[in-house]
Amino acid sequence: MRLRKRLASIGLNALAWLLSLVVLIPFVVIVLNSFKSDAEAKVLKLTLPEKFIFENYKIVYEQGHLGGSFFNSLLHSGASSLLLVFVVAFSAFTLSRNHSKLSKFLYFFLILGITLPLNYIPLMEVMKSMGMINSHVGMILLYTAMGIPISLFITYAFVSNIPKELDEAAIMDGCNGIKLFLRIIVPLLTSVLVTVFVLNFLSVWNEFTAPLYMLNTVEMWPMTLAVYNFFGQFSAQWNLVSADIVLTSLPVLIVFLIGQKYIVGGLTSGAVKG
Amino acid sequence: MNANKIYPWYFSSGAIVLYLLFIVAPALLGIYYSFTDWNSYSSEKNFIGLEHFRTILAGDPTYLLFIKNTVLFTLVTSIAKTVLGLFLALLLVSGVKAANLHRMIIFSPQVLSFLIVGLVFKSLLDPNNGFVNVTLRSLGLDVLAQNWLGSLTWAMPSIMAVDTWKGMGYIMVLFIAGLLAIPRDYYEAASIDGAGFGQKLFRITIPMLMPTITIATVLNITYGLRVFDAVYVLTNGGPGNATDVINTAVYSSFAKGYWGLGSALSTILFVIMAIISFFIIRLMNRKVEY
Repeated sequence: MRLRKRLASIGLNALAWLLSLVVLIPFVVIVLNSFKSDAEAKVLKLTLPEKFIFENYKIVYEQGHLGGSFFNSLLHSGASSLLLVFVVAFSAFTLSRNHSKLSKFLYFFLILGITLPLNYIPLMEVMKSMGMINSHVGMILLYTAMGIPISLFITYAFVSNIPKELDEAAIMDGCNGIKLFLRIIVPLLTSVLVTVFVLNFLSVWNEFTAPLYMLNTVEMWPMTLAVYNFFGQFSAQWNLVSADIVLTSLPVLIVFLIGQKYIVGGLTSGAVKG
Repeated sequence: MNANKIYPWYFSSGAIVLYLLFIVAPALLGIYYSFTDWNSYSSEKNFIGLEHFRTILAGDPTYLLFIKNTVLFTLVTSIAKTVLGLFLALLLVSGVKAANLHRMIIFSPQVLSFLIVGLVFKSLLDPNNGFVNVTLRSLGLDVLAQNWLGSLTWAMPSIMAVDTWKGMGYIMVLFIAGLLAIPRDYYEAASIDGAGFGQKLFRITIPMLMPTITIATVLNITYGLRVFDAVYVLTNGGPGNATDVINTAVYSSFAKGYWGLGSALSTILFVIMAIISFFIIRLMNRKVEY
């Protein structure tokens, strides 16, 4: 019986590693290839490079417009996430506290966007009419709007859990709405707002469809479009493509490692309760 | 105490204005454009009624293929992610060592852009030099080597497999959270009564996980119907139109300048999603008030 249990445990551990390897191997192949010579990388094998060539990364950085694109991605992700935190904190607070029919309607209306698809063709028309095509401001506002539904959903539930007695006590002490919000509610919301920030930062960083429709000048491109374009030019040189992939996924993986708790927490909130 | 004074509605105005401008206005405008012949070749937008919808639903059969592909993709990936996610979650809560490390590894593709994942697999699935075929050949399994993304038979299954590979980690994480919330005494009581693994799985675990299974299914379905990046990067709808889905068809009608037709395709997707959303919002609402 004990032997059987041990064998089962070894089997389960082996299975877990096997499945993790299925996820890891594609990345390992890419990382190894990013250090290989052009000829050696022609065949995507799981072997160590004969000689590690760091030059690949330099070429990729210089020819892939990565510097400018990195800045664009950072600007779009950072600014839209900050703005999002700001507007969502305000709206989650009022909509969840004010129990009127209008508040309830507005809440459902806003979170409806979690599932509804964006219609990009008329969106272009709308943005054009506001002079926001090919503009940083336009992209930042668009990303903020796209982030509102899911972020509001997460934050709203969180505000509902803050006892209303706190508000009443603060009002007795002479706070008005804005003071109550800034001094009492915002500090209590910090962790959920960090979650909203991190989740939105990642999704904007990874966004591919919106820039494909909205941005047609190279100077405005985020990392995703720059990488796609790079692939189009160098698709025969796997070593360079691999280096490009590594360089562009690194920032995201670093954010993931640092913000793991918030990311997983945010993605599961709402889905699992009780 | 007057709630309207302490929690004034205009605190929400920032969110509401942005949402109306960038999400709602295009949606409504899109429905209107669906009924026009708007295109890049003329400056006029003429009202043409249901003509686009007739073309899509009863005229050109390729459009029905796109809708069929979208539904097929959604069905297969939803089932695959739910089953694999549950399996992975059960494995990782069964007491394996370094469960957190495994969880992190299996979840990690989820945080990467589909563009990156797509390019990784485009290289791995290359028919001549890709890792998959090279490995199969070196194992003497030449027969199994395929033109994964370029053949009519294998392109769609390959995209589905890559998408499942990327998304199963998220579903796994949901299930882990769900599993950890099931009280241990249920299993202890079942063990005392002599229940085996299968009985515990089907009598306790799966019924207790129903809320998580519902949410996972909903997430998978809404993601699947909206899929774009995965198909665009891996095959761009090819070979021919074999892997085109609604959203890649929208993009190509946009690129070709058929804006009215593209809007009509979007509107069809919108209607399907709106019906599904109605039920989802009700589900989520129940969860919030839990």
